Amino acid sequence: MKVGVVTFPGSNCDEDARLAITEALGAEAVRLWHKDHDLQGVDVVILPGGFSYGDALRAGAIARFSPILREVQEHANRGGPVLGICNGFQIACEAGLLPGALLRNAELKFIHQPVHLRVEQVDTIFTARYARGQVLQIPIAHGEGRYTADAETLERLEGEGQVVFRYVGPDGNRSAAANPNGSMHDIAGIRNAKGNVLGLMPHPERAVDPRLGPADGLALFESLLAAVHA
Amino acid sequence: MMFRIHLQIVPRQGLLDPQGKAVADALHALDFPAVRDVRIGRHLVLDVDAADGAGAESQVRAMCERLLANPVTEDFAIAGVEAL
Repeated sequence: MKVGVVTFPGSNCDEDARLAITEALGAEAVRLWHKDHDLQGVDVVILPGGFSYGDALRAGAIARFSPILREVQEHANRGGPVLGICNGFQIACEAGLLPGALLRNAELKFIHQPVHLRVEQVDTIFTARYARGQVLQIPIAHGEGRYTADAETLERLEGEGQVVFRYVGPDGNRSAAANPNGSMHDIAGIRNAKGNVLGLMPHPERAVDPRLGPADGLALFESLLAAVHA
Repeated sequence: MMFRIHLQIVPRQGLLDPQGKAVADALHALDFPAVRDVRIGRHLVLDVDAADGAGAESQVRAMCERLLANPVTEDFAIAGVEAL
């Protein structure tokens, strides 16, 4: 598996994502520059976390017009896997790869802390190595993570099993207290209808090395590896 | 000709606007109980070349639809058009 990690001006989790692929997973990763028009034959594209273009206008709004996004869109349209993490999720929504939008956290603060997520779907290329209902501990670090969509979109996401990760308490149960940012339906991550694009606010690439805490993010990358090699 | 367009972009009514809510709560605390709702958005001032005001306005509407406003969460309105 060859993974491309896009660097936009203001990306700051691109190296973490690359190291998760190369060090923790032992797969190949290449750096893709936002001005490139060449995905270098990668199997998977990661849109990493950070503050692309300083979050000017809205988080992800300007990155969507980066030259490389055209190739990323074509890759996604061909069914190629795209993983948007944090700012990458915001970019994917702005680019129309995923429905909805991510707004300022309900409490107006930047939040960086470990959170608990429940794996809602395991029949995806991103989560096949998890168990349904498994509770993960993965960090978040964002100011604009409040997932918002209209009622019709939410109904479709729920009905089609497109909600992949939800914020829960350590016991796996949903509650207002367990939702860090006010996301609708406690949504932490969704996939597109075709299933090849996943966006999530938490940072699985920061949870891949047991020496640094729970490595609950690793199985996401292992799932991708297995899916690409299948 | 050049036209100055004043553009307002606000969170869509009905969506949680935590900034607006915080300000509404503060106004209530300051004894302005008449305030029912506050929404906080952004005001953009764009200087645009166009043959006439309507042309400038329609260009800005197209810009809103493609970039300036998020169709999922924001509403926009052109608050003023000045000939420069």
